[in-house]
Amino acid sequence: MNTRQQTKIIYSWYGKPTSSDRKLRTLQYKGIIIKSERTRTEKCIQLGEFVLIEGENADRPFVAQLLDLYEDGAQQKHAVVQWFSHITEIPQNKRKLLKREVSCQEVFFDQVSGYDNDIAVETIIESVLVIPLHPKEELPITLNKEKIFYVKQSWDGKCFKALSSDTFSKLKEANRKGDGVPNSLNSFVPLDISSMKEETKKVARSVMKTKNVEVEIESKHSASKSSLSKERHSQRVANGIKTPTARKKLQLNSPTRLPQSKLLDCDVLELLDDDFDSIVTLEPSAAKRKVKFTGILGSPPKMPCPDDDSNSVSDAAEHQQRFSDTTRLSPYYSNVQKSNEKAKNLNSKNDTILNGLQELGSLSPVLTPRSRRACAQKTSALIAQQISLLNMIESNQKEDFLSSSDGSYSSSSEEEDSDVLCSPEKRTKASRTFSIPKSSRKPSVHTPAKTPKKTSLPGTPKTPRNATPEIPRRSHAAQKPASMLEEARLRLHVSAIPESLPCREEEFQDIYNFVESKLIDGTGGCMYISGVPGTGKTATVHEVIRCLQQAAENDDVPAFEFIEINGMKLTDPHQAYVQILELLTGQKVTATHAATLLAKLFCTPGPKRKTTVLIVDELDLLWTRKQNVMYNLFDWPTQKHSKLIILAIANTMDLPERIMMNRVASRLGLTRMSFQPYTYKQLQQIISSRLNSVKAFEEDAIQLVSRKVAALSGDARRCLDICRRATEICEFASQKNIPEIVRMAHVTEAIDEMFSSPYISAIRNASLHEQIFLKAILAEFRRAGVEEATVQQVYHQHISLCRMEGMQSPTVSDIMSICSRLGACRLLLVESSNKYLHMRVRLNISQDDVMYALKDE
Amino acid sequence: MSKRKSKESISTNGECISQVQKVLRERLCYHYATGKLFGIEHQYRHLLELLKRTTIHGESNSALIIGPRGSGKTALLNHVLKDLMEIKQVKENLLEVRLNGLLQTNDKVALKEITRQLRLENVVGDKVFGSFAENLAFLLEALRKGNRTSSCPVLFILDEFDLFVHHKNQTLLYNLFDISQSAQTPVTVIGLTCRRDILELFEKRVKSRFSHRQIYVLNSFDFKQYVKIFKEQLSLPADFPDETFAQKWNNNVQHLSVDKTVNDVLQSLFHYTKDLRSLHFLLMLAVSNVTVHHPLITASDLQEASKQYRMDSKANIVHGLSVLEICLIIAMKHLNDVYEGEPFNFQMVYNEFQKFIQRKAHCMYNFEKPVVMKAFEHLLQLELVKPIEKPSIEAALDDKGGLRC
Repeated sequence: MNTRQQTKIIYSWYGKPTSSDRKLRTLQYKGIIIKSERTRTEKCIQLGEFVLIEGENADRPFVAQLLDLYEDGAQQKHAVVQWFSHITEIPQNKRKLLKREVSCQEVFFDQVSGYDNDIAVETIIESVLVIPLHPKEELPITLNKEKIFYVKQSWDGKCFKALSSDTFSKLKEANRKGDGVPNSLNSFVPLDISSMKEETKKVARSVMKTKNVEVEIESKHSASKSSLSKERHSQRVANGIKTPTARKKLQLNSPTRLPQSKLLDCDVLELLDDDFDSIVTLEPSAAKRKVKFTGILGSPPKMPCPDDDSNSVSDAAEHQQRFSDTTRLSPYYSNVQKSNEKAKNLNSKNDTILNGLQELGSLSPVLTPRSRRACAQKTSALIAQQISLLNMIESNQKEDFLSSSDGSYSSSSEEEDSDVLCSPEKRTKASRTFSIPKSSRKPSVHTPAKTPKKTSLPGTPKTPRNATPEIPRRSHAAQKPASMLEEARLRLHVSAIPESLPCREEEFQDIYNFVESKLIDGTGGCMYISGVPGTGKTATVHEVIRCLQQAAENDDVPAFEFIEINGMKLTDPHQAYVQILELLTGQKVTATHAATLLAKLFCTPGPKRKTTVLIVDELDLLWTRKQNVMYNLFDWPTQKHSKLIILAIANTMDLPERIMMNRVASRLGLTRMSFQPYTYKQLQQIISSRLNSVKAFEEDAIQLVSRKVAALSGDARRCLDICRRATEICEFASQKNIPEIVRMAHVTEAIDEMFSSPYISAIRNASLHEQIFLKAILAEFRRAGVEEATVQQVYHQHISLCRMEGMQSPTVSDIMSICSRLGACRLLLVESSNKYLHMRVRLNISQDDVMYALKDE
Repeated sequence: MSKRKSKESISTNGECISQVQKVLRERLCYHYATGKLFGIEHQYRHLLELLKRTTIHGESNSALIIGPRGSGKTALLNHVLKDLMEIKQVKENLLEVRLNGLLQTNDKVALKEITRQLRLENVVGDKVFGSFAENLAFLLEALRKGNRTSSCPVLFILDEFDLFVHHKNQTLLYNLFDISQSAQTPVTVIGLTCRRDILELFEKRVKSRFSHRQIYVLNSFDFKQYVKIFKEQLSLPADFPDETFAQKWNNNVQHLSVDKTVNDVLQSLFHYTKDLRSLHFLLMLAVSNVTVHHPLITASDLQEASKQYRMDSKANIVHGLSVLEICLIIAMKHLNDVYEGEPFNFQMVYNEFQKFIQRKAHCMYNFEKPVVMKAFEHLLQLELVKPIEKPSIEAALDDKGGLRC
């Protein structure tokens, strides 16, 4: 598996440059050859053809038409494309404009201006077919859903339109051209578009059969829309990181893939191929597989072989081809029928093979070692599915045998068969067609583990990833606020979302303009927002995003994606990557892996995607020694194609200068904003606007709170908390159900409660000896002139003080425990206690405070 | 006849005594929810209202209960919770998570414990907890999903709260307070601590998110109330099975509370410390003395208990030393006076000891040097003498109090 993954895909130009631009130093080409080392196949894609482009999500590649291919001065290969939008790429709220069901095969001619249509060639996966249809036309039923798309309408970001006749004919033209290409390139293995077409024709002929087929393919389709893209994706991953993670390996090597009957089918076929046909040179990979397989399975597949020794090579090959068709459930049944009519001895063989297959299907779970318990259930479900599928195949075939008297086979298929026989090159083609379903199966095994949201398989045990954690619901409904004070308290809670954010209009406007302009330009950028806690930074930014999302819905700004991370909610700065990636694509990977994936996502031009707005809260927590997390975060927006807007929030204004290296600070740029602490007027306004019409506070009371808080910190949270506490005190004071409003006295009490120094009252409530001990400390300080003393010295003072008062003097043990008690309250600062009497003591509060507290008595 | 009668009375007395022991020990040992609260009615109401609002209205809050050790912080909270649970609406509506700073020494352990106590690990299935990061994300996700009106409120009780402050970045506190200040699952965070400077230990963003609700538990009662508490703590409840014995016992307690010696004992304890836990210890010692033959507590019992409780440990050790060891201590004390607290070594002590022997040769047996060495080592082991950090045999005299005996 791994060797296969690490094979490279080489992109090279087809032919000579058609034209060149001296000034821009670009060379234009008419085609590109994609060469895969693994399969040793080459594909040629020419201008005008339709291609699949790798997207950020491996499940959903984009469809596009190649308009131009060129190489720029830096030898980078570029392609200019015309995008097609899949229905899933169109915003949810716009989909209803269509007023009809859209098949997953339908795409829309994309006329949205926001997308970059200059992409890197490396993102091209393979070519597909896009057939224009008239709006009224029904979608023809086809088999190869992965490779054929239909376009009926265009999409310009606001509404759907019918295709203009011009584009329609252009698309038609492109198709015809695409058809023509493979024939002219005999040396390459062309995409078998022609064969696919024939398939479609056949399907049209026998509707009943297609239904069976449809069922199977439909079930597979969701998971394997672009098998190749997945494969490529994982290849990239494997190439990008030298040591794939252990878990990954385990998954790839895990035997869960084996019980797939489909895989068995084609493997057995390859095996048969080997046995029957020694002339045709096989691909190395197939040979390898064969070794592996005989190792595991032993003799069963070889059983049918001996009878066939007499058969000519060509016969065997022919049979093999037909057999492959049946097992693939493609509409080549007619071939089988024909062959059955022709050579009856093969009938029995077919049966035996099928039996053998079934045997394999049931055997494999026994043979394959189970290493992962968690998979067991899933796999067994799969196996059951596969076995039932096999049964279906068999019954299908029996049906076919019954109806074989019709002899309805097309001459074209016969021709093709003979084609297969004569040209050895086509053999590789046949094997390649096997390889496609093979790879398309892979994601269906992987998806349940990889992408948590897709739990299409019934009976899959819930993994913690897709578990939806939830706090149990309450059994009684929460009470509605009954009185005015309760209502006020609810409104004053910090968590209550106010209708508007007063006093931050200017900042709001600045941030809004910044993000909006970047959105409209389709570029990236950073903004640094600072301010002391409780000044509404996060609230304002969220408000901006809310407004922009509203605007995006009304089509005033391009749609964007919004994600948010918080440095405090990460356990490690590197977890930022993991969270961003998960929020963007839903994948869960390790930090290093996530970093490479994100870098790829933001740095490679190409895949069209929406602009991303990323809020990084508590930025200073993302600091690491090498600062690579911050560096990356601020480097991505500067990339040409990143389309990433970062709003970084932190407390300190000079954070970039203080903790960031120059290269990080420079990337952060100079777009900064600082939130000033609220003034008392603003705080007053905030409280009033929150209270709105609820008359629970005296005007003066609000002003007192605002002035007090503004003088201290300007923290709006503090302000709201005090008001809330004041309502409680007010409620507490007025017990007799008389509605009262919060007055000055209540507010003063609340403020005192929150800001009063706890030390004075602590000293006043201390026991007598504790107080004497404090006095002794003061006396000792005065005597020594140093603000530090050992317990021994204080003890002497203590004893003399006790004598003066005529009290019993405490023992040393008593003194030690008194000292440690005062130390626990942090009235004193005490050394660790293993020094006993030599332990040093300091006061944690000023001497004046102690004097004041002790004097009053 | 009279013998038989006394036997009977002894057997009934025996039952009574064991009953008394049971009732009073329960009251004095368990510091939750059995006894009464003294002097903190105001705090009690405040906390009760707070928790009621959390459970009934789904309002998020955070508060700190601050008070010196043994002042009844936990008792206050337990009382409130006990009374709260009697309201049916509350009982079914509150999830409790108790953490202790001494047990949950870092955020990772704390998160696991929270998940366990919220019974969310069932959702996780048989999978052993993932990484710290996964766990945090999981828990935050769980709490974010809820909202004020529909989710069950969660009460977080953080005992030894000051120890949580030292966790890296204060991640746990930030997140808990952040949840309590945002429209998520209603939570109330209650911290119990004895440190008065706790607010200064918060990081500023954590501090801003804390609601600054501080409930101080102070031992703010005078001696009269203290005696009253003493009386109430010792009195038997009205529902005691043997009424006559209960009456006798209570009368005795009433008598004790006005007794001069008892008052002196209590006064000295009150001057030493005001917390009720030490009073409980004292009473516990006294109650343990109650037997069949000695059915009522006397003033001397309390005096004895007080002596036992406030024993001077170092002096006690010195009392048990041998003559040679005491001689060595005297020698060291002498050295200490001469050299003004400078450290000394064994040779100096030995020389000093030799001088002493020569002066008083008639009454003191001269020990050999190894024997003196052994005695010196014994003093080291008792930690009456302490070696200085340097790995020499230099030692400093540690104890002074012992020398006054």
